[in-house]
Amino acid sequence: MNRFARIWDSDIAWSFRHSPVAIVATIVALIIILAAVLAPWIAPYNPFDSASLNLMDGFTPPGEPNQFTGNTYLMGTDNQGRDIFSTILYGARISLFVGFAAVIFAMVLGIGLGLLAGWRGGWVDSLLMRVADVQLSFPSILIALLIFGVARGFIPPSMREEVAIWVLIVSIGLSDWVQYARVVRGAAMVEKSKEYVQAARVIGVHPARIVLRHILPNVMGPVLVIATIGLALAIIAEATLSFLGVGVPPTQPSLGTLIRIGQQYLFSGEWWILLFPSIALLLLALSVNLLGDWLRDALNPRLR
Amino acid sequence: MTDALLSVRNLRVEFPTRRGVLTAIDDVSFDIMPGEVLGVVGESGAGKSLTGAAIIGLLEPPGRIAGGEIMLKGQRIDNLGAEAMRRIRGKRIGMVFQDPLTSLNPLYTVAQQLIETIRTHADISEAEARKRAVALLDRVGIPAAARRIDDYPHHFSGGMRQRVVIALALCAEPELVIADEPTTALDVSVQSQIIDLIKEICAERGAAVMLITHDMGVIAETADRVAVLYSGRVAEIGPVTQVITAPEHPYTVGLMGSIPTLTQDHARLVAIPGAMPRLNAIPQGCAFNPRCERAFDRCFAARPEPLPRGDRRQVACWLYDAVAPAAEEKANV
Amino acid sequence: MLAYIIRRIAQSVLVMLVVALVSFALFRFVGDPINSMVGQEATIADREALRDQLGLNDPFLTQFATFVARAAQGDFGISYRLQQPVMELILSRLPATLELALVSGILAFTFGVGFGVYTALRRNGWLSNTIMTVSLIGVSLPTFLIGVLLIWVFAVELQWLPSFGRGDVVSVGGWPTGLLTPSGRASLVLPAITLGLYQMTLIMRLVRAEMLEVLRTDYIKFARARGLANRAVNFGHALKNTMVPVITITGLQLGSIIAFAIITETVFQWPGVGALFINSVRFVDVPVMAAYLMLIALVFVIINLIVDLLYYVVDPRLRVDRAATRH
Repeated sequence: MNRFARIWDSDIAWSFRHSPVAIVATIVALIIILAAVLAPWIAPYNPFDSASLNLMDGFTPPGEPNQFTGNTYLMGTDNQGRDIFSTILYGARISLFVGFAAVIFAMVLGIGLGLLAGWRGGWVDSLLMRVADVQLSFPSILIALLIFGVARGFIPPSMREEVAIWVLIVSIGLSDWVQYARVVRGAAMVEKSKEYVQAARVIGVHPARIVLRHILPNVMGPVLVIATIGLALAIIAEATLSFLGVGVPPTQPSLGTLIRIGQQYLFSGEWWILLFPSIALLLLALSVNLLGDWLRDALNPRLR
Repeated sequence: MTDALLSVRNLRVEFPTRRGVLTAIDDVSFDIMPGEVLGVVGESGAGKSLTGAAIIGLLEPPGRIAGGEIMLKGQRIDNLGAEAMRRIRGKRIGMVFQDPLTSLNPLYTVAQQLIETIRTHADISEAEARKRAVALLDRVGIPAAARRIDDYPHHFSGGMRQRVVIALALCAEPELVIADEPTTALDVSVQSQIIDLIKEICAERGAAVMLITHDMGVIAETADRVAVLYSGRVAEIGPVTQVITAPEHPYTVGLMGSIPTLTQDHARLVAIPGAMPRLNAIPQGCAFNPRCERAFDRCFAARPEPLPRGDRRQVACWLYDAVAPAAEEKANV
Repeated sequence: MLAYIIRRIAQSVLVMLVVALVSFALFRFVGDPINSMVGQEATIADREALRDQLGLNDPFLTQFATFVARAAQGDFGISYRLQQPVMELILSRLPATLELALVSGILAFTFGVGFGVYTALRRNGWLSNTIMTVSLIGVSLPTFLIGVLLIWVFAVELQWLPSFGRGDVVSVGGWPTGLLTPSGRASLVLPAITLGLYQMTLIMRLVRAEMLEVLRTDYIKFARARGLANRAVNFGHALKNTMVPVITITGLQLGSIIAFAIITETVFQWPGVGALFINSVRFVDVPVMAAYLMLIALVFVIINLIVDLLYYVVDPRLRVDRAATRH
């Protein structure tokens, strides 16, 4: 059996083929990710090119011609005449960038600290796990908010806009490393006590090799599940912070920023400015969440 | 055999899975007489516990009874509704599980669990139920029962907990007790005490016992009759003395060879080569044929049905079929 | 038992000290407190005098001790932005947040446990599947979006409920409550649902998972084998065992509710401490941030303590084991 056939026949693939939810979620997530990545090429307008914006186009309802200019927009326009569809594509790009970057940051940090704690044990382990316990008892969005607030305090006001997005990534990443660390620490402790590892250490095999060959492969499943659900959480965290007005700068609006803007026009009847970015965010978060949920069940059939 | 307490006829239990339906129990029949102790032996996966679960109506989904009948005193119980079956459980058929450490609810005292069970099946007052519970605990050998009844399960040792479990299984005076490996999880030192207790107390009350175990030694000491299960089928069933002294099915012969005895001067235990087939790979013909030293071509062609061999004894093996078995065997030997 | 409580309290104090250190570092090193307090025209000598007066030139430990001592008395200094004592600000806004959190918590717990038990018992029923699907959408919907959508439907389109503020409040023994006025109650509905929905889905999924786990245990099988009624097995034996872990996590959720109130309060312009905190983050109003941090930590520590004690009451095994086996 060749490699592809083996993958196709595996339990995971079988479970995937028989889960309409997982298939639809994957397709939706892929479409959104692709559309976001390709935004500069597929967006009908560049919403950040102020030269192409016409204030007369403002508040055009979706699918109807503007009363002054006669231009028609699929999802309408916002107060400044920006095409909502295009802002969503660019906004999703920022949301996804922050989400993926935060997850990667959290994953690297969590795996690193988890290995350190599990492998070294002793006070390093106690200290890290105590910190993890304390952090875990607070909701991650609050941790992210606090880290963000503290970090902003240390950064001179002139630079805040510029580095805001990186501060945001680090804040969200730092709020979410604990679960990776716990899983990896557990696996490291189990493997460390096994005889072949003891033997390998005696004959001088580099610890890095043991870690790469034996510990990491064992935790790939759980880490993947945590990362998938973590991506949904990171996207939601970013949207929340941006909605609260403390996330990405207004010059780089993410989906959360767009919803914040849209909320202001709710009472004056321009519902489309709010609705379409909300749907985009919901679809993105939901599809990633569903994927994570399915993955967890598929890797751990006992939970079904 | 109409006077049998429990009569299982052609029982079939299936598990639908993604790769097709697995038949875990295939055409199993046996009887238990009132007051009789029937030992059920076999390797793990032979279908012993499933048979017990099917009788008491607690097969876990997706497992299901796909055929056959289970009769309790002539009344069919395998097709009863949930509520009617619930009334039979505990009241007419009791069950003792393998692990006493996990069989008791940790958040309730022993008294609470006993009284609740007694009052589910008998319309008596709390005080009356408590009196019965204390007496029962005393009977199963809990010292200072009146005081210890208000303890939580974790206050008892494993052996003591299994005594509590037995008390719970018997507290509504069932006619049949299914004991599913009741001593496997216990210390060797208390195993025989628990087996003796089950035997005694059931004899006292006239309750029949279906004793599920993989320990032939326990069967030899305790059971009146024994059913040997292999791969979801009855290989051999009969009075325990006959089956042990003169086993007929090659599998039973193998099982006997694996019991250590003090009298064996050649201290060699014979193990049966190979392992029981998995449910999705049961060979054609007799399921035992890959491991059987005496298998011949008929064993690979067709499945042997249980053949009567004297008084209430049956063997499912072609070696004992009337059609020219002797000639075949001579040719083989 | 007593030793256990004392150890838990000691741990709590330690956590509070660590949080105090973070708060203090924030307070002391973020920006220059002097800049925030004096105008541009102050001379260097003026500033130096103020530094001395405020103790900013003292050794680190002395300053930290002073900070902790003052914090313990509720003195967190003056808000840079609002120029009022921080504690006064927080205290005036705390009732609004607590009232919101409490109502949402009760909503979340009641419906969470109810739906969780239902979906665990009717595992493959269509209603269970519907509830589970909706709950996944609920988990994926960010809290702020739930709030905004609720405003759109119930405040803008249907105009049934107010979209912001707390309505009329009456003071009961110095505690301003909105629960006793019609407009106060109406104003509470949408924020309470917004805040409670996410927690409800979490509790529900947790209850369901725990209950399924418990239903698989031997003691439940044994209870069924003894012929106990379904109701007794499901709601007596299974539910009680389910509630042990659920109580812990739900208790901790109460802390999350107070933290998530930040978002809800912003969406509904609810005059609570969360909205105060968000503004302090936006304007880098350090004293308010530091005080909020300490307050939240205190709330979490107290809840943790209560949950641990509750656990002890519910699970008889812990009464002997835990005190002995915990190191």
